[in-house]
Amino acid sequence: MIELQHISKVFNKGKVNEVAALKDVSLTLQKQDFLVVVGSNGSGKTTLLNIIAGAELSSSGKVIISGADVSRLAEYKRSKWIARVFQNPLSGTASDLSILDNFRLAAIRTTKKKLIIGINNSFRKRVQDKIATLGMGLENKLEQPMGTLSGGQRQALTLLMSVMDDTQILLLDEPTAALDPRSASVIMQTAHSLIQQYKLTAILITHNLKEGHQYGNRLIQMSEGKVLRDLNASEKKSLQMQEMYEWFN
Amino acid sequence: MEFYITALILGLCLSSMALGIFISMKIFNIPDITTDGSYTLGAVITAVLLTAHWNAIAIIPVVLAAGALAGMLTGIIHTRLKIEALLAGILVMTGLYSINLTILGRSNVPLLEVQSVFSSVHFFAASVYNNLTLSLLFILSIAFIVGYVLRTDFGIAMRATGSSASMTRALGINNNKMKIIGLAIANSLTALSGYLVAQFQNFTDINMGIGIVITGLGSVLIGEALIKWWSITSIHWQLLTVIGGSILFQLVLAFTLSIGVDPNMLKLVTASFVLLIVIIPRLKKHD
Repeated sequence: MIELQHISKVFNKGKVNEVAALKDVSLTLQKQDFLVVVGSNGSGKTTLLNIIAGAELSSSGKVIISGADVSRLAEYKRSKWIARVFQNPLSGTASDLSILDNFRLAAIRTTKKKLIIGINNSFRKRVQDKIATLGMGLENKLEQPMGTLSGGQRQALTLLMSVMDDTQILLLDEPTAALDPRSASVIMQTAHSLIQQYKLTAILITHNLKEGHQYGNRLIQMSEGKVLRDLNASEKKSLQMQEMYEWFN
Repeated sequence: MEFYITALILGLCLSSMALGIFISMKIFNIPDITTDGSYTLGAVITAVLLTAHWNAIAIIPVVLAAGALAGMLTGIIHTRLKIEALLAGILVMTGLYSINLTILGRSNVPLLEVQSVFSSVHFFAASVYNNLTLSLLFILSIAFIVGYVLRTDFGIAMRATGSSASMTRALGINNNKMKIIGLAIANSLTALSGYLVAQFQNFTDINMGIGIVITGLGSVLIGEALIKWWSITSIHWQLLTVIGGSILFQLVLAFTLSIGVDPNMLKLVTASFVLLIVIIPRLKKHD
């Protein structure tokens, strides 16, 4: 589903502040894999995710999604396959627009944005039913601007928005980092059930080792731009939390 | 009374520009200075084509296209050449001055002898009510069309571009293209104000656009304050509120003139008034 071949990324090349964020990283994800990425700050986790999403282009190496070489494809074009949830809940939704408008945009992620009015009663009903599954009582506030909601509510809606249109890959960049523990667990459970239900290939970046331990069928630890540890499903299952904490000491 | 009705009509004529600025502010959150040039451009094209005995209605598509071109130019300079939007606008506005002067041929063209859009319809015997009705119908239809576009899938995408660029990129929207189209629409609407005002005041002057962006900005700021105050979420009502802001703005200026302020001071009054609109909501926050 996703294949990274010898990806390197250098920022500020040739200057005194040159940084090699990724060094010859190769990684292959099968369909419906759920990869968890851990690693300290500056280890290259977010750069890795950005290179898959297209927010950054790699300095060398290839990115292959569903058999197509997308290495030079702009982020908005890769949205055909990829949905994203950002660390900052404000990044994934438009504050000035209503909940309904936000969902409408998400529902046409992979298609052209035409000069037709797409919000009708059946669309409204579809969004209402979807939001009702969260149990946050937001299904009757569809006209409310996104900006009036809490970070946890926005992040939950961003997750639902990611499956409004045909999605194959879900990228989660520390989705719970800005949230309180209760909202965080709601978000992770929602993400988990959506990934199962829609058979998504997913990548989760997290600093929360408990989350990293609980979710996913593969785990990698990044360090200084390289993959330091790579655990498959059975290795991950037998991994103890204590062991994970020791990786960082 | 007629004095205030004249101000009201002027407010209506200028509200097309206010709608344009409402759009460019939604996309960039900064004022689009191209406005000064594209407003005059609309008036200049109107003067030249009316003098050449074109039908007033037939001029509208030409004015819209010219405004769109000016906006696209600013958009392209901003997005493709990565120049600050404010500077891109100033550059295009400055360049347009020469273009406007070349098209017009001289600095002032009177339009008393030609058949304007205002003299082509007769709802009432009194011309002032005639003008009022026409400008009202004209602006309401513009607001309806703009409102419709903003409610379409394309319009939602455009509004989202200004609100969250990271989100729109992730949702398959080309932000740069959206900005260029948005600025094109905004400046089309501005040029349309030039078209209306030139015919309403019966002349086109090469300097009529100087500082007009401030008027549009002030109108939008009044409109936005009212939108927040009344928590208006419907796009069509938001646009109508911006039109209301434009009218209110002209009425305030008319009032200052009526109490005997020197007309030479009008730009200073305008600038001070806009400053006032900007700072009043901020003063409240400190309570």
